[in-house]
Amino acid sequence: MSWPRSAAGRGARPVRAADRLTRLNWVDLVVAAAVLVGLYVVLRVGRGTAVSFTPSRTVTVSTDPANLPYYAARSLLRMFAALAASTVFSLLYAYTAAHSRRLQRILIPALDILQSVPVLGFLTVAVTGFVALFPGSLLGLECAAIFAIFTSQAWNMTFGFYQSLITLPRELDEVSRSLRCTRWMRFWRIELPSGAIGLVWNGMMSFGGGWFFLVASEQISVSHHKYALPGVGSYAGSAIAEGDLGKVGWAVLTMTVMVVAVNFLFWRPLTAWVERFKNEQAEATEVQRSVVLDLLRRSYWPRLLGRVLAPPARALARACRVFGVDDRPLAVRPVRRRAGDLAFGTVATSLVCWGLVDLGRYFRQRTGLGVFGEPLLLGLATLARVLIVLAVATLVWVPIGVRIGFSPRLSRLAQPLVQILASFPANFLFPLATWFFLRTGLSLNIGGILLMALGAQWYILFNTIAGAMAIPTDLREAMDDLGVRGWQRWRRLIIPGIFPAYVTGGITASGGAWNASIVSEVVTFGGTALTATGLGAYIAHATADGDYPHLLAGVAVMSLYVVALNRLLWRRLYRLAETRYSMG
Amino acid sequence: MAAPTTTTAGGEILLSARGVTKSYAGADGELPVLAGIDLDVRDGEVVALLGKSGCGKSTLLRCLAGLIPVSSGTVSYRDKPLTGTNPGTAMVFQTFALLPWLTVRQNVELGLAARGVPPRERAEAALKAIDLIGLDGFESAFPKELSGGMRQRVGFARALVVEPDVLMMDEPFSALDVLTAENLRGELMELWESGQFPTRAIVLVTHNIEEAVLMADRVVVLGTHPGTLRAAFPVPLERPRDRNAAAFQELIDTLYQTMTGRPKDTLRPPGRGPAYPEAGDTRRTIATVPLPRASVDGLSGLAEILVQHDGRSDLADLADDLGLEIDDLLPLVDALEALGMALVEDNDLLLTPRGLGFANADVQQSKKIFAEAAWEVPLVRLIATSLRRSADGVLRDGFFRDLLAHHYTSEQVAQQLETATDWGRYAELYEYDAGPRVFARAGV
Repeated sequence: MSWPRSAAGRGARPVRAADRLTRLNWVDLVVAAAVLVGLYVVLRVGRGTAVSFTPSRTVTVSTDPANLPYYAARSLLRMFAALAASTVFSLLYAYTAAHSRRLQRILIPALDILQSVPVLGFLTVAVTGFVALFPGSLLGLECAAIFAIFTSQAWNMTFGFYQSLITLPRELDEVSRSLRCTRWMRFWRIELPSGAIGLVWNGMMSFGGGWFFLVASEQISVSHHKYALPGVGSYAGSAIAEGDLGKVGWAVLTMTVMVVAVNFLFWRPLTAWVERFKNEQAEATEVQRSVVLDLLRRSYWPRLLGRVLAPPARALARACRVFGVDDRPLAVRPVRRRAGDLAFGTVATSLVCWGLVDLGRYFRQRTGLGVFGEPLLLGLATLARVLIVLAVATLVWVPIGVRIGFSPRLSRLAQPLVQILASFPANFLFPLATWFFLRTGLSLNIGGILLMALGAQWYILFNTIAGAMAIPTDLREAMDDLGVRGWQRWRRLIIPGIFPAYVTGGITASGGAWNASIVSEVVTFGGTALTATGLGAYIAHATADGDYPHLLAGVAVMSLYVVALNRLLWRRLYRLAETRYSMG
Repeated sequence: MAAPTTTTAGGEILLSARGVTKSYAGADGELPVLAGIDLDVRDGEVVALLGKSGCGKSTLLRCLAGLIPVSSGTVSYRDKPLTGTNPGTAMVFQTFALLPWLTVRQNVELGLAARGVPPRERAEAALKAIDLIGLDGFESAFPKELSGGMRQRVGFARALVVEPDVLMMDEPFSALDVLTAENLRGELMELWESGQFPTRAIVLVTHNIEEAVLMADRVVVLGTHPGTLRAAFPVPLERPRDRNAAAFQELIDTLYQTMTGRPKDTLRPPGRGPAYPEAGDTRRTIATVPLPRASVDGLSGLAEILVQHDGRSDLADLADDLGLEIDDLLPLVDALEALGMALVEDNDLLLTPRGLGFANADVQQSKKIFAEAAWEVPLVRLIATSLRRSADGVLRDGFFRDLLAHHYTSEQVAQQLETATDWGRYAELYEYDAGPRVFARAGV
């Protein structure tokens, strides 16, 4: 029995809180100051988003480094607004899909497709839509940027939470129903906590990927308009356009500080805190640690917050009683059920058919259905690039990752570094690479591969390290003992051992490479634009020209390629990894 | 309020099941898991549902609690047929099913909060229940800080605090070690006798015969495949019960016999379901001889232990000596029987000459004996002969899955094939490749 541990280590227990009020310590003051500063910054930065703006005028981004903190804050605000939106969306969407038998049939396949749609392809649509929604204000552009980041985060988080909802342990479901919990209690006390760990980890991963879309969406040209939002990404773009390498350095530094700081101040504490929702009966041996969380736990604020929030939480629980009790009728009338299914199916099918017919007419009027031919061919070029990126990254990084993973000392050093590299938006550096291509005369048809690899490769390295670390030491010792070396060792131990983790990395890298192709196949530096032959360039051109039929066709074809690659390659490898190569 | 008596009749009927069947979808229509169950639970009694694993006793409990719908028949609570979760029951789970992110007190308060009890009264009632169940001092602990016994106390407190008419217990002690389980059982029965909780009846699901006799006023034995009521035994013994009393031992022996015995001398309602056919019975098919979940190592271990007991041992003693739960022992017994290596006579398990030879042989010889025996097991034989007849000596496991699906649920099909694979491999009758999921003739 492991009872009891220190109360401080356990976190906030609302025991005898009152007598602690008098003993405010320095920790409390630090936390209070930090919260105040945070609020002030949000207000200050938030005011800038409502600056009036007419789409015809280009917003200039000053390249004075003194503006960088403000720009960084603007970028951060966008990221967190998108995270909040993604979280709310995930909860609602996943809950609906998990609790409605009929909607599930539509929502889950829809999610699968949305996941494959290249986010950047929709940026144009989002920009025009949102700018029209908030005429004369920067808020429209701001929303479009947030929307772009949102689309890079939400699907992943939703899938994760949906999975946790439908795999809720049977006893927990039975506890809820047997105690006649209200629906709200089931969600708040059982479903949300049991999905919390997945939600936070997925959120962290998606957030890391979100930086890329932040940079991409801060500077965009749609229908011959150049739009720019104040932020780190647009700062770097302007600095490069001015050809000032020193300022580019400042931007890179700021970006790095942001990525590291958000990790340290936000995600680490959150992942450590969320451990309390682990559904296991024994105390974990290996726990996530966070200095910031320890500091917070030592302060009085969490307890005070708990007490302040308790009455509204109770009121909310009372109000949510209207959603009823978690009960399932034992008898379903099959006739009624079938009639409901039929009605639902008819409505859904006719909606889809109507949409398809309408879309077909749109294409016929504008361009004809032949519009799909070109992107299908160009897709092959981009597909080849994606496959080369994956192959080369695998050949280069897997041996290195295994070496790092097998050495505890190296992996302690390398893991956080690689995690930051994976989060660091590679498109930030694209203009620099372009400058290099212009100087050397390297064709973008080849250079584009390099650009795509800049972002995608780290996922393979990161996951290989994790996979190598997961290979039990006794297996390695057994191989040493038997004298299994060289290729034999790779074939029998290392490749099977890292396979599941590698597949996870490969899926992420593949998705990242497709998305990156849109910004990698057309790059500009100063006045010169380089273009590669490929589907990414096709979409980028259609975006810049505001040519919606071509844009739509390009995005649809790219989604098709992504879905096909997932189904034909990754899903099979994934199944193989799960059935054959899972450890233990 | 509770008026526990040692007699079974008299009290008002709280729960009643009439003609309850429960089936799951199979290859050709529905496969019954429970068939034709009639059961009453009366005010003041403790009813134990006893059966081997897979007999559907937990399913029956969940039907009574209104957690899963019945396929036909009715379950009523106080003469009202259930339409949803049974309002008069609360459940205690084998795995405790505590919410790890809530403290002991928050866990106990859960049911009260669900009923909209105001916080102060909620806390009062929870603390009272915590106190009564012996958990005081642990109110603010998290479940993972507690030992198994303490966790199950939380499970009891959580169920009792909502004052259910009938307490439903699904193998509540089987995840605990022997001593803890014994202690908790005793305390629970004392609490029940003292009537400090307004609970009027208890339904206990167990596979532990002794536990059933220790606690229940009435022991209901369920048969397997599908679950049917085989027999019911009243337990007319004063509490606390003396394990060494002659009447106690006699009842235990009778229950062992009922659980391992042939169906002909039991109250088996008409309906399908495999019997325990005599060795050499011509009607042995894959449906009538289900393979038990028993590994070759396990059953040969049991055979060797029987040799040490001169080839014959009382089942209850055997379980006791080995410290085995009946759930662990009976599949091995069934396996030895199916292989014609042992017989159950009265309450004794005795080795046949084949079993004796198997236990005494060296590895190669025992493989040979096992192969002979396994050849008589319908499913193993079916796989082996099908492979002989197929042109390339290779068959997908889906073929056998489809055949089995006519008689078993998908979960059972998986278990049947798993055992058949293990036995067939050991007997060197065929091989199985888990990658493409095919059976192959030995040597192909």
